[in-house]
Amino acid sequence: MAAAGAHGVAHHSTTGIDNRKLLMWIFLASECLFFGSLISTYLIFKGKSLVGPYPDEILDIPVTSISTFVLLMSSLAMVLAVYGAEHGRPRMMKLWLLVTILLGLTFLGFQVYEFRTFGHEGLNLATNQFGASFFVLTGFHGTHVGVGVLILASLLLASFRRSGLGREAGFHVEIAGLYWHFVDIVWIVIFTLVYLIPQ
Amino acid sequence: MATTAGTLPAVGAHSGLWSWLTTVDHKRIGALYGVSAMAFFIMGGIEAILIRTQLAVPNGTVLEADRFNQLFTMHALTMIFLGVMPLGAAFFNWFVPLQIGARDVAFPRLNALSYWVFIGGGLLFVSSFIFGGAPNAGWFAYAPLTSERMSPGSGMDFYVVGLLMLGLSSLIAALNFAVTIINMRAPGMTMMRLPVFIWMTLVVAFLLILSLPVLTVALIQLLFDRSFTTHFFSPEEGGNPILWQHLFWVFGHPEVYILILPSFGIISEVLPVFSRKPLFGYAAVVFAGVSIAVLGFAVWSHHMFTTGLGTVPQIVFSASTMAIAVPTGVKIFNWLGTLYGGNIRFTTAMYFAVSVIVLFTIGGVTGVMHATVPVDTQQQDTYFIVAHLHYVLFGGSIMGIFSGVYYWFPKMTGRFLHEGLGKLHFWLFFIGMNLTFFPMHFLGVGGMPRRIYTYDADLGFDTWNMVATIGAYIIAVGMLAFLWNFVRTMRQAPSAPNDPWGGATLEWATSSPPPEHDFDVVPEVHDRDPLWYNRDHGVTTPAAPAHLHIHMPPPSYYPLVLGGALLLMGIGVLSHLAVTALGVVIAIYAVWAWTLEPTD
Ligand SMILES: [Cu+2]
Repeated sequence: MAAAGAHGVAHHSTTGIDNRKLLMWIFLASECLFFGSLISTYLIFKGKSLVGPYPDEILDIPVTSISTFVLLMSSLAMVLAVYGAEHGRPRMMKLWLLVTILLGLTFLGFQVYEFRTFGHEGLNLATNQFGASFFVLTGFHGTHVGVGVLILASLLLASFRRSGLGREAGFHVEIAGLYWHFVDIVWIVIFTLVYLIPQ
Repeated sequence: MATTAGTLPAVGAHSGLWSWLTTVDHKRIGALYGVSAMAFFIMGGIEAILIRTQLAVPNGTVLEADRFNQLFTMHALTMIFLGVMPLGAAFFNWFVPLQIGARDVAFPRLNALSYWVFIGGGLLFVSSFIFGGAPNAGWFAYAPLTSERMSPGSGMDFYVVGLLMLGLSSLIAALNFAVTIINMRAPGMTMMRLPVFIWMTLVVAFLLILSLPVLTVALIQLLFDRSFTTHFFSPEEGGNPILWQHLFWVFGHPEVYILILPSFGIISEVLPVFSRKPLFGYAAVVFAGVSIAVLGFAVWSHHMFTTGLGTVPQIVFSASTMAIAVPTGVKIFNWLGTLYGGNIRFTTAMYFAVSVIVLFTIGGVTGVMHATVPVDTQQQDTYFIVAHLHYVLFGGSIMGIFSGVYYWFPKMTGRFLHEGLGKLHFWLFFIGMNLTFFPMHFLGVGGMPRRIYTYDADLGFDTWNMVATIGAYIIAVGMLAFLWNFVRTMRQAPSAPNDPWGGATLEWATSSPPPEHDFDVVPEVHDRDPLWYNRDHGVTTPAAPAHLHIHMPPPSYYPLVLGGALLLMGIGVLSHLAVTALGVVIAIYAVWAWTLEPTD
């Protein structure tokens, strides 16, 4: 029964794409506009801060390059997890899910460290326009990474049940992967626009 | 009237409060949306009546300035977000599955969730009147008026949290309908055979999906400004109040089409059926609707001509705004072409539908007038704009929605609204709205500013204000006529046949009201007007098998729990963050339980 829309691999759908995958794709389109607005705000306020600290005094490109590398590697781990799930290799899937989660948490750790350092150096939400737009932008990105970690951890936890992730294991992990890669790509854009392009 | 009563296994309880709280049936959710939105619509109407009563005579003393500010703000918010949008959602819920030949939407539980989040956001909005005053900075909430310093009360916090919730609800619904329309069509229902109402629903869904995130970001920034010490919009600290206007109107102008396109879709169904001929220029109507939506994202700054954009942006946005008149004109001529030479039946639904063409055209023409920058500079913030927007939103959206109510009432309830009372309702609305809003053109050109809570006697505003107020009361009487009609009709026994109007689309192929599974046999579609094709080509629908084994998704209370959790998160932002934390915990639990809940 297609209307139930939640179980059974061979769903009938007009386009042949599973409803849930289509939902995720369209949702990510909406997310593009969400991050687009946050990034635009950051760019509009670039150079408009009345007092310091200014971005070039405080952004630590080497450290953030490492955390960016970590997040990129998490996407690689995610691909391997999807491969394992889709090819009936649950142990491979579990291993790489775990690696993805750990890399995601590492990225979040870097972000906490960065926020704390900035705080000590006198930059917070109220300091200037850079602080406000930077923390809100990267904070919401971090929240998305956090939600992704929760989703992946839920999948990992559920995969230890006797039935594992069921017949649709590959599908579930693939959908989670779509979200994860999207969040990763958004970070590449943020890293380029906020950190790399000279102020 | 379910023709197969008794042959289907009962799916949960079929009546009682609990069955409504846990329903995932698109028709029941549509009914919930419809009734709640009507209640909010009446609330917004009462706010309007209070405003008009205050303005009936010079130096009115019915309302104080601050209460007046709250009322015009809440009137707009109520009508837009709690009235017209959910009334559209009611029809989407009812007729998207029925018109595309599906048994439900793609995600029945998400559908229920969007309703419960809507109710949460609505209650939050309304409760602001009790808890320290409603939002009072206009529905557009221009910075820096909304800053902590300028608006110290909690009104604007209610605005932020309420709108975030309502936006979430609309986003969930839009995602659901987009997937449903793209992916759940009956065999043979190609995109270019979709009823125009479905096309307009799809366009509205994508408008919401792409514009709501921008509003969300603006609201988050306002929330941070008010509660977490940022200065996005306060100029003295380097903030930029114009940024708010850009973000708000990047959402706000598409929102205008979100409000009007459902109505365009409805009358594109009603006009052909009561002219007994197919819609004239189907493809043109569809492409016009899509191009209105695309252009709608490129015109937002016409709300900001007086902010000093500079000449080039002004010309660009002026031209793109005028360009929208082209596809809109295409639609209007196609509707006229549908009427032309038709064998017309003057039902109440038809009265309302034809009035949309007339009234929307008036609103459209004034819209092109202030697409011109120098004209807009004169008309900005005057009653001329109020006249324009009400011709579009009342004359266009509301009249179209009531056309749909009269047209689909037999399908939704199995009962006919009384035609005589319906026409009384129509004439009271039609005369009332013209009396209310036409004089506002004169008031605006005469220089009466919007949002003033009173005016002096010697300014030449007296007569037309009195006329407008009389008109508003006539609209209210019209609404009473409708309510009386509704109550009276609902007390009768159902008597409607499957297809009382000789309709062309699939919803008329099933019983009135439809069974829970909508169609005994999923229909096969051969033409743009499937029922007319079947009639003319002698195609009979295959008889239903003696024993139906149709599995419908079971009821679920997790949408209600998750909706409640989101409401708690909202209340927490307004009171204590511990409540938000509690909401987050319940929400995570609800999502988990939701995912693991069996749906077979
Ligand atoms: Cu506009």
